[in-house]
Amino acid sequence: MATSTTTVPSAGPAEDSRSFLSRLRNGDEIARIITFLFAASVVLITLVLVLQLWHDSSIARHKFGLNFFVTQVWDPIAEQFGALPFIYGTLVTAAVALLIAVPLGIGAAIFLAELAPQKISDTLQFFIDLLAAVPSVIYGLLGVFIVVPLMRVYIQPALKHSLGFLPLFRGPAYGVGFFTAGIVLAIMVIPYIISVSREVLLSVPRDQREAALALGSTRWESTWKVVVPFARGGIMGSIFLALARALGETMAVTMVIGNSPIVSTSLLSPGYSIAAVIANEFTEATSQIHLQALIELGLVLFLLTFILNGLARLLLVLTAQKGSGMGHV
Amino acid sequence: MHASVRQAVSVKINPTTVTAGREAATPASMRMTISRVNFFYGQKQTLFDVNMGIATNKVTALIGPSGCGKSTLLRTFNRMHETVRGARLQGEILLDGQNILSQDVTQLRRRVGMVFQRPNPFPKSIFDNVAYGLRVNGSKLPIAEAVEKSLRHAALWDEVKDHLHKSAYELSGGQQQRLCIARGLAVEPEVLLLDEPCSALDPISTAKIEELLVQLKDLCTIAIVTHNMQQAARVSDYTAFLLMGQLVEFSPTPQMFTTPSDPRTEAYITGRFG
Amino acid sequence: MSPRLGWRKFVSGFMLTMTGVCAVVAVSVLFFILGYLVYHGGASINWNFFTKLPVPVGELGGGMANAIVGSAKLLLLASLFGVPIGFFGGIYLSEFSNSTIAFVVRYAADLLNGVPSIVIGIFAYALAVLPFKHFSAFAGAFALGLMMIPITLRSTEEFLHGVPRALREGSMALGASRWRTIMSVVVPAAYRGIMTAILLALARVAGETAPLLFTAFGNRYWSHGLSEPTASLPVMIFNYAISPYDDWHRQAWAAGLVLLALILIVNIFARAILSRGGTVLR
Repeated sequence: MATSTTTVPSAGPAEDSRSFLSRLRNGDEIARIITFLFAASVVLITLVLVLQLWHDSSIARHKFGLNFFVTQVWDPIAEQFGALPFIYGTLVTAAVALLIAVPLGIGAAIFLAELAPQKISDTLQFFIDLLAAVPSVIYGLLGVFIVVPLMRVYIQPALKHSLGFLPLFRGPAYGVGFFTAGIVLAIMVIPYIISVSREVLLSVPRDQREAALALGSTRWESTWKVVVPFARGGIMGSIFLALARALGETMAVTMVIGNSPIVSTSLLSPGYSIAAVIANEFTEATSQIHLQALIELGLVLFLLTFILNGLARLLLVLTAQKGSGMGHV
Repeated sequence: MHASVRQAVSVKINPTTVTAGREAATPASMRMTISRVNFFYGQKQTLFDVNMGIATNKVTALIGPSGCGKSTLLRTFNRMHETVRGARLQGEILLDGQNILSQDVTQLRRRVGMVFQRPNPFPKSIFDNVAYGLRVNGSKLPIAEAVEKSLRHAALWDEVKDHLHKSAYELSGGQQQRLCIARGLAVEPEVLLLDEPCSALDPISTAKIEELLVQLKDLCTIAIVTHNMQQAARVSDYTAFLLMGQLVEFSPTPQMFTTPSDPRTEAYITGRFG
Repeated sequence: MSPRLGWRKFVSGFMLTMTGVCAVVAVSVLFFILGYLVYHGGASINWNFFTKLPVPVGELGGGMANAIVGSAKLLLLASLFGVPIGFFGGIYLSEFSNSTIAFVVRYAADLLNGVPSIVIGIFAYALAVLPFKHFSAFAGAFALGLMMIPITLRSTEEFLHGVPRALREGSMALGASRWRTIMSVVVPAAYRGIMTAILLALARVAGETAPLLFTAFGNRYWSHGLSEPTASLPVMIFNYAISPYDDWHRQAWAAGLVLLALILIVNIFARAILSRGGTVLR
């Protein structure tokens, strides 16, 4: 890497008050410049990424405008591109995933933080951490060969039989679809909810729980009515993190959602998600506008996860402050 | 370990000191009776053969140097020690003649309430903090009425009556502690335990709470742990002095502070240690 | 006991038991996954799997040698790209920077970390495939390297920060320059944490499929050098799994087992090292 002799103003820590030349002589200034360049490259890369998404979708954005979000038609041949089926599918599968994962995850976190002795809690958390390391494509594998047949043969018919009067469970059911994808996604995001919620619950001051118990609460009442509300912000943060993960999930969803750009009220229907359509069609995009429309979808996904991650981090920071700044040591 | 501690503390406990205290309040008016209590954290013993009583509608103070076991003892009165793994209690603790260890613990804790060292209001409004115990346990009065009653008893009503739905965290430290007292009083306990309730507060708030405790006697029986001897002398009717897990002396407060029976008590009170 | 109290205690016991059930269900998923992989894929792991190239459909005896080598190649290249940026950037954040710059860099790294992997693939495609008009190992490594940067950066910074000030001052008091201090004293002290963080980052990107779909793309044969499309285990698993052929399904299971086993081993190994050192991994 070529070093430049630009006079970088003394932006470093105040302790380094030697003269510029002295620093230059023993290599510190060069070291600072070089490492700065590496650090700056991270910012540069991120900027370029955002700009590239914006730029490479510009034609599509100008052509379709805001209609992009409400048009249901996705027809590469006629060059008509509407994002609605994908946005719908992404949101519906994420919603199903959260409906399943949030109660399970918070329940497990409560067990690990409030009930389990430390060794058991740590061991189980270790396994949960390993679960978080399982790659998406493996979940997809299990989805395709285990969950989909299960759905097709047992669960979907049962749902149709018992709850088929609801629009949620009507229509043809092939095993794949929104519900299946939601289930697979739920399994994938539970570890995030558990890990973060457990940590937040563990950091709730002991005397909150003790005060509740001292008033004659049962263990459950003290946990549910005092400890969990105290940790509310952090738990919400974990849910946002899980949601961000669910939205961006590609492989497992592609393999079980059915890959049909359909907007349907039935959870048993095949559908599509933003990440899945990009994965499937990107290399086969027939025209520039097709590619641009896909990139615009990528931009939408990026913005969604960006906002969610930001909110999550904000909530976690706020909760941490509450836990420590209330005059409790 | 028990034996070696006994050897180190070479003066024997004078049995008449202990029973004298208990007889000073007639047995009929002891709300709680503590007999032959030994307490262990895992293998380590921290309370040795404690025998005393908590007199009805009086304030009993537990004093002693840091680590003497006074908080540990207080926490056995509402079985809060059970929230710690490895904590073991031996002996008998009676509330109105019934052993608290054989009762349902949730029910017990409604009858024996606790206020903690640092104010710990729930992350709810002032109203909801006081109402919590009522909602969970059921209340004879309508909740709003019961809340007002408790806040008046805790000398906090006038300060917060127009702000009941604000967050409890907006109150000052002293106010928060009075809120915690109100919260504890709301379920109409027979005994209220206070574990160094003023140690995190300023002198003015401390004075307010001390005043309050003397008035609250009529409502319920009070047991207070304090490291401040002057506070014990001001506020309590009976005082128990603990040293290294043993109950050294238990007498009416005026007697304890003017003519202590045990030389160790005298040493502590005159500031020679602790 | 009043009926109301009896009910409350029942609810308490019931709900707390349910939380235990939730925990058991969550943890058991891991064992289900491993169980299924072993059951379906275990039998197909044989010498052929590791040494042979894929063969046309209908023929038996094919393997995934090229995918295994391809994955290794991609990971090596990705590290060469991502680790230095993360490592030296982390050094800058920990040793040299002021709080404003540090905030901006950290924010950018967190942002990059949160980008869905498919979008990383789009970016890598635009920068490394489009200009050259073909898929390549280089492009795939670029995408994976991008994903390694934030983890490496944050971990380096965190572990360097954990080195006590006294160590730094001791070295500088002996006349060593800042840089010398960093490289000879501070980094070695944080070495274990940083190495394991890098391993964990590798384990994470080893399983990534989406960013490779349109960068390295895939290859049924060996790829030579860096500028050819390259096969990788995750992409192979994906393609085989969605195919209609049973033999390919079996191979997908086997590959899944191999991939997951490697990832889990690295994870367990890394966490064991970290916990022995007394640090807790986020």
